[in-house]
Amino acid sequence: MNWLRSIIMPEIQGWQHARDVDDLFMFILYVSIILYAIIAIGVGYFVWKYRRRRENEVTPDFSHNTMLEIVWTVIPTIPILVMFFWGFSTYMHARVAPADALEIKVVARKWGWDFTYPNGMTFGQEMHVPAGRPVKLLMISQDVIHDFYVPDFRIKQDVVPNRYSTIWFEAEGPGEHVVFCAEYCGLDHSNMLAKLVVDTEDQYQQWLERKAEEVMNMPLPELGKLLYVSKGCNSCHSVDGSRIQGPSFLGIWGQTHRFTDGTSAVVDEDYVRESVLQPAAKIVTGYEPVMPSFQGLLREREIQALAEYIKSLQP
Amino acid sequence: MAEVSTQTQQATASHHEELNYLNENRGVKSWLLTVDHKRIGVMYFWTIMTMFFVGGVLALVLRTELLTPKRLLVDAQVYNQLFTLHGAIMTFLVLVPLIPATLGNFAMPIMLGAKDVAFPRLNLASYYIYVVGALMAVAAILGGGLDTGWTFYTPYSSTTSGGVGIMTMAAFVLGFSSILTGVNFIATIHKLRAPGMSWYNMPLFIWGMYATSLIQVLATPVIGITMVLLLMERIFQVGIFDANLGGDPVLFQHFFWFYSHPVVYIMILPGMAIISEVIPTFSQKTIFGYKPIAWSSVGIAVVGFLVWGHHLFVSGQSEFAAAVFSFITFLVAIPSGIKIWNWMATMYRGSISLKAPMLYAISFLLLFGIGGLTGLFLGALAVDVHLHDTYFIVAHFHYVMMGGTLIAFFAGVHYWWPKIYGRMYNEYWASIACLLVFLGFNGTFLPQFILGARGMPRRYYNYLDQFQPLHVASTIGSYILALGLVIMAVVLIAPLFRKRYDAPNNPWGAASLEWTVSSPAPTHNFHHDPVITHGPYDFKAARAAEKAGAHA
Repeated sequence: MNWLRSIIMPEIQGWQHARDVDDLFMFILYVSIILYAIIAIGVGYFVWKYRRRRENEVTPDFSHNTMLEIVWTVIPTIPILVMFFWGFSTYMHARVAPADALEIKVVARKWGWDFTYPNGMTFGQEMHVPAGRPVKLLMISQDVIHDFYVPDFRIKQDVVPNRYSTIWFEAEGPGEHVVFCAEYCGLDHSNMLAKLVVDTEDQYQQWLERKAEEVMNMPLPELGKLLYVSKGCNSCHSVDGSRIQGPSFLGIWGQTHRFTDGTSAVVDEDYVRESVLQPAAKIVTGYEPVMPSFQGLLREREIQALAEYIKSLQP
Repeated sequence: MAEVSTQTQQATASHHEELNYLNENRGVKSWLLTVDHKRIGVMYFWTIMTMFFVGGVLALVLRTELLTPKRLLVDAQVYNQLFTLHGAIMTFLVLVPLIPATLGNFAMPIMLGAKDVAFPRLNLASYYIYVVGALMAVAAILGGGLDTGWTFYTPYSSTTSGGVGIMTMAAFVLGFSSILTGVNFIATIHKLRAPGMSWYNMPLFIWGMYATSLIQVLATPVIGITMVLLLMERIFQVGIFDANLGGDPVLFQHFFWFYSHPVVYIMILPGMAIISEVIPTFSQKTIFGYKPIAWSSVGIAVVGFLVWGHHLFVSGQSEFAAAVFSFITFLVAIPSGIKIWNWMATMYRGSISLKAPMLYAISFLLLFGIGGLTGLFLGALAVDVHLHDTYFIVAHFHYVMMGGTLIAFFAGVHYWWPKIYGRMYNEYWASIACLLVFLGFNGTFLPQFILGARGMPRRYYNYLDQFQPLHVASTIGSYILALGLVIMAVVLIAPLFRKRYDAPNNPWGAASLEWTVSSPAPTHNFHHDPVITHGPYDFKAARAAEKAGAHA
């Protein structure tokens, strides 16, 4: 029955827990198929066998049978209890992270993810983890409820404001996986994806060092370009002039923006800074006030980098 | 068993053949101010069907948008509003009142042998409260900007702009309509049963209505309170759900599902109640396991109050709570299973006729079977974590809500249509419509189980390319489903243009009281108080009584 499994469930590249979940899934599926076959074949057979041949047929008078009621109540209850205990014990396994797990802190926001590593560096939208080591995520939301969902690993956990939630996994080998936001969070919910890259232990360490070095030495426009993707600016602001949720960055530097309150301003360093930290202060005419604030999430150098990047975008 | 079913039947047929509840009073005013439960049921029917049409069109736009992974018809903002409105309209305006307010209102008092419900004016009041609530919901649609999903989860719903305020007030108002109908039905069932109709002599439809009314009265106030708290937070900044104000966003989910899970049983129990009428009648065999079916309705109603936490398995509630809710959730499967086995035992050695109501009843067994069994996947904790908030859930609750409640409703509409409008519909085209609905429904929602298991989250405007083939299949299915529904509507409406009432009093050979009066039903239901002499599923006695009446 492996063909059935491969049609229904995504391929497992992940870890043992995903296999356990699929085993239970298939058990429930088989029990369901048996019960459903009894219903469907039974109904079909009765409809054919006892079809009305003439009007006013006399039907037998039996109307109850206690033994039968007990049998068809108790027998299906047995596999159902198995499902409950199996489901519970597998669930508990995925709830309790090993004590030596690598801890990565996750901040969810409309509409992106930030991952902070043990060395204190924060990168967005792409998470790297080493294979063969348990990884524990300590997650919190900055605004509304989001949900960290990796179908390949069969794990999912709501990310709530004002309260930490955790989840853990242990990837068996290198690979790339998709992280979805699975709790509806507004306009760009369906674009709130992240990439989960599983490296070997060595690759992971090298990646961390390389990223740290890159960020320290990067010229400002390039850092800005990096932040544009990693902070999720790109889900609402294009760089090719097309309209998404917010104004495109292409060629706006030095232009005058008109706002919904009737005022206007020139796009310069101060304006970019204000738009990043207090997005609701000035709303460009024709757009919705939906941008979240990045107050406390960007260093001064990073804001400068974003301004330099926008300055560099000329048609 | 006695020879004669009721003493009223023949008098009705000979003297008042032309006068019935439809034509005895005429004019718009006679409808709008009526306190006749049958007319109120009919007004509810057309109002709710209008809402169903709107919700259905929204669904077709959604499915069409999902043909491609990126934008096709509408932008993300509009898409989010469309699925919110589809969900809110279909749950609060269609499924909750659907069966009790329409078929329940129309048939229940006649089935009990009563002239009307216990409080006829209150009944009209609940209709108008429903209309006010529906208008408020329509205002939220026209006002635009309602994009929270029908579940209104905080803190998104307490911070987003737009029509949340008016929509929550609409849900509040609609709740009152629901509560008043529930109170009315409970009083009616307790006090207005005809002489001789003991509790165990009631048609099972009435048991279903009774269990439903209990949930309506007990659970609906909670959603009212929750919606008011949400408004207090939005308007007065009282911190209840919003973390920034010191509230707890997950608390909202507890409140919301404390109502909205029992509401699932408000929707499905009346559907099961219809099936319990249709299957014996079209098998011409007494119902098997009357008491297990009756009490399993009550059992589902009670246990249904204790399972709301299974909507919160990944919300961060404690593992202990999750285990308890998972266990109780599995318990609900048992009474639902009992009903299905008993219905099948009723068909065993019956005289089965595949008229349209029976075709829908069989569709119900096959679709609700899938809806119920896929619930087992979601009750199991470890599997639910993977499937939660994916298309698997979407498919599951559509199989229960549409494959269950709506299909059962269609069975009921085809069953009682001759009694409501006094005309027969075209049986052949009714069967074609049923077949298309059945195939289209499966075409729409079977692919969604696989989509969900493969990791496609719900409420996604854009999606990964790998999911496209299954989305296309689902959309094609939805067009077939829509075609089936349109044909069904034509089949039911076409006979209404005929002047003559051509339906016999008892076209299906049923044994309950409403089939002893003329079609359409007389204004006051019975010209003399009926006396019950045989059970609602005693087809032999009913046949004998009918014969005796015809020769009298």
